[in-house]
Amino acid sequence: MAEYKKPTTEQEFEVNFAQKKPLMNPTQAYYESSRCLFCYDAPCMNACPTHIDIPLFIKQIHTGNTVGAAKTIFDANWLGNACGVVCPTGELCEGACVYDGQDVPVIQIGRLQNYATSHAMKADVTLFKAGADNGKKVAIVGAGPAGIACACELRVLGYEVDIFEAKDKPSGLTVYGIAPYKITNQEVLDEMDYLEKQLNYKVHYNHPITTAEQVADIEAKYDAVFLGVGIGATARLGLAGENKEGVIGAVEFIEDLRMKHHEVDVPPRVVVIGGGNTAMDAASESAKMGAKSVTLAYRRDRESMGAYGFEYKFAIATGVQSLFNATPVEIVGNGRATGVKFAKTEVRDGKLQNIPDSEFVVNCDLVIKATGQGKQATFFNLIKGLELDDRKRLKVNLENYQTTNPKYFAGGDAVNGGAEVVNAAYEGKMAAQGIDAWLNGK
Amino acid sequence: MPNLNINFAGIKSPNPFWLASAPPTNSGYQVMKAFEAGWGGAVWKTLGVPVINVSSRYGSTNYRNTRMAGFNNIELITDRPLIDNLKEIEEVKKYFPDHAIIASLMVESKAEWEQIIKDVENAGADGIELNFGCPHGMCERGMGSAVGQEPDVLETIVGWAKEAATIPVITKLTPNISHIIDPGLAAVRGGTDAISLINTIKSIVGIDLDTYAPYPVVDGKGTNGGYCGPAVKPIALEMTKELAKHPDIRTTPISGIGGIETWRDVVEFILLGASSVQVCTAVMHYGFGIVREMEQGLVQFMNDKGYETIYDFVGKALPNVTEWKHLNLKHKVVAKINADKCIGCDLCYIACDDGAHQAIALPKNGSRIPEIIDENCVGCNLCSLVCPVEECITMEKRDDGTQHVTWDEKTQAGTIPTTFNDDRAGGKGHYVPKPTDALKV
Repeated sequence: MAEYKKPTTEQEFEVNFAQKKPLMNPTQAYYESSRCLFCYDAPCMNACPTHIDIPLFIKQIHTGNTVGAAKTIFDANWLGNACGVVCPTGELCEGACVYDGQDVPVIQIGRLQNYATSHAMKADVTLFKAGADNGKKVAIVGAGPAGIACACELRVLGYEVDIFEAKDKPSGLTVYGIAPYKITNQEVLDEMDYLEKQLNYKVHYNHPITTAEQVADIEAKYDAVFLGVGIGATARLGLAGENKEGVIGAVEFIEDLRMKHHEVDVPPRVVVIGGGNTAMDAASESAKMGAKSVTLAYRRDRESMGAYGFEYKFAIATGVQSLFNATPVEIVGNGRATGVKFAKTEVRDGKLQNIPDSEFVVNCDLVIKATGQGKQATFFNLIKGLELDDRKRLKVNLENYQTTNPKYFAGGDAVNGGAEVVNAAYEGKMAAQGIDAWLNGK
Repeated sequence: MPNLNINFAGIKSPNPFWLASAPPTNSGYQVMKAFEAGWGGAVWKTLGVPVINVSSRYGSTNYRNTRMAGFNNIELITDRPLIDNLKEIEEVKKYFPDHAIIASLMVESKAEWEQIIKDVENAGADGIELNFGCPHGMCERGMGSAVGQEPDVLETIVGWAKEAATIPVITKLTPNISHIIDPGLAAVRGGTDAISLINTIKSIVGIDLDTYAPYPVVDGKGTNGGYCGPAVKPIALEMTKELAKHPDIRTTPISGIGGIETWRDVVEFILLGASSVQVCTAVMHYGFGIVREMEQGLVQFMNDKGYETIYDFVGKALPNVTEWKHLNLKHKVVAKINADKCIGCDLCYIACDDGAHQAIALPKNGSRIPEIIDENCVGCNLCSLVCPVEECITMEKRDDGTQHVTWDEKTQAGTIPTTFNDDRAGGKGHYVPKPTDALKV
């Protein structure tokens, strides 16, 4: 392994994290857009959670109406620019492209989408404006993709919107949690600026909502509240030695990486525990940060992994080694993690069980836990009448994203348990329409 | 190896591939390069009266990612001195005595025609082509298409040329007329040895949406150009066929021109009666090298079909080009979708439902593989034309071939429908949805 030199400068970081879906140039966009068949009832459009009129925007790009294409995209998805490059398009729109049926390369829909929106953003074209003030106010907790999408939609409908964000940047995991080779911080924040400039919602940064008093205050001042609070920090595994130095949650690791880039010191040997997309990201990122050996450990077999196949392949391509059917039982080391003790597993009687006397240690300098995030149950307890499902997700009516407390609406990871940016963007938008309908007795 | 030699109205050429009179034949350098590349003949860029050309001369119709699917120009005849052109013709002929050089000419008075014909004959030209086609610029001065549009004038000038010339005379026709037979007959009456067609079609290829001027834009203004390139081939084929079928013209050799780029185009023109072809736009797009594809493909075709010379198949498709009234009304084809090949774009469905005869349905089970409603299918071909997959939708013959009746026969037998309610009327029993069904979709 060691395909990647440890980055010591921003330039070296950019080389290691070269964009997987770089911005198309006009010639690329021209030829790629010319290939679209303009399918009837297009499968790509139906595969997009936000139902962007993909054949239309591709045709618009091809006819030189790139701004119109951007409008078509943003009309359906307020985070249309980021989604073009961060969406798992092979699983969504591009996965549905009919060309695949004859083994013709599918249309690069994501990159075309990103091309059109980037064009509008760079040209600073005003595509939207806030609707006439309707005198009503909505508070949004969390400036992630769900919250931002909800805010944009509400502003178009004429609501005054205040967003309360615990951190100092908008877009949530889009800037804090997406693998850096998918999108740069700058590009994420450019889209946020672009939207905020046109729609003038107010974001109160570094303003976490943590107390009942704050909740009461919001309830008193606003006509409705949207919760786009996502999910919490990496959950504890309950392993012996988990508190040792050198053990970090994947979400925290990735956030640190996104904010500090080459300044993050990833040691030579890394073990990543988990089998989801976040585990794949943490593993490939460790490799791209110059780790000499990265082991991706998952307690079941490869087929059972939650990660998309393409994400696993990407991680392997960066030099990551995988270890299947192994579950961690202890973090070893004296004060500082020096390895992970695993037990081999097998499925017996339909249940995953450890094989007795099968323990072994993988030595490492850093353990990254990508084993799921904690839920926001403590926060939800501050609000009366909120019900959670058995997986600690906020229950909502999927027609309007209203929670069991009628004044509260919700969307994004807090509701879906952790999905894509595009899902959050869709749910935030739908919730805004739900709020509008509810406040107007529709 | 088939023999590609032609003897076109007395002009000998090692193959039927000629460069049309146009920018690619503007100089001896280009013509020599073309002959080196494999072209058999060249019609020199039109020599004639002194002109001045404008800057910004060509415009293009791009279709999707295809550049120059159609092409237009407002360039005039050669603006190089006549003496230079004559010297270069002479020089090229020295190097390529067996290749054909035809001098395209355009002048006004009888004396001028006599003089310039003498000049090009002295230079060694193998033939003359009378340019009665240019639809821009020169026509404003009474030449080019202005002549081609006036059969009597055309006939007179062909007569002058024939009187003066000792080498074969080809008359090049403009398509900017309502009936190609009229100038065709006039050329024959004037004594022409051969006909070439089509010259370019009067056109505006587009408008600049900022300056509101047509392309090509010359300092904020534009003018109609002459249209050519792949887009005009169907028109050229039709006009070639018209002349080749006409009893008074069909013995006159035809040089086919219009959108020719590949061996298939060449073969099609020959099948409709041409015995040489002329190419311009394809060379302006890809250079002289495209001739190797044309030649290789033509040889392959001739080998496959067992033809030894071009003349074995000149006009071979003409008997099958008839009038509508002679088509068999009993012939029936119905579309068939190969489900294994279908990729589910459903373009056939929407094309048929919105653009044709509502004979394709989408399955209720959510499958995207459409189904042909046999009883509604009129066999129009549209679905098979829009289908992006090779050989996925085919048109299957459904009649047993035993019956044959044409409109002409029915007319003679007195069995044609005479009112719309006549049971013999074609569309009377044909299914169409109710207008309000549109609202349910």
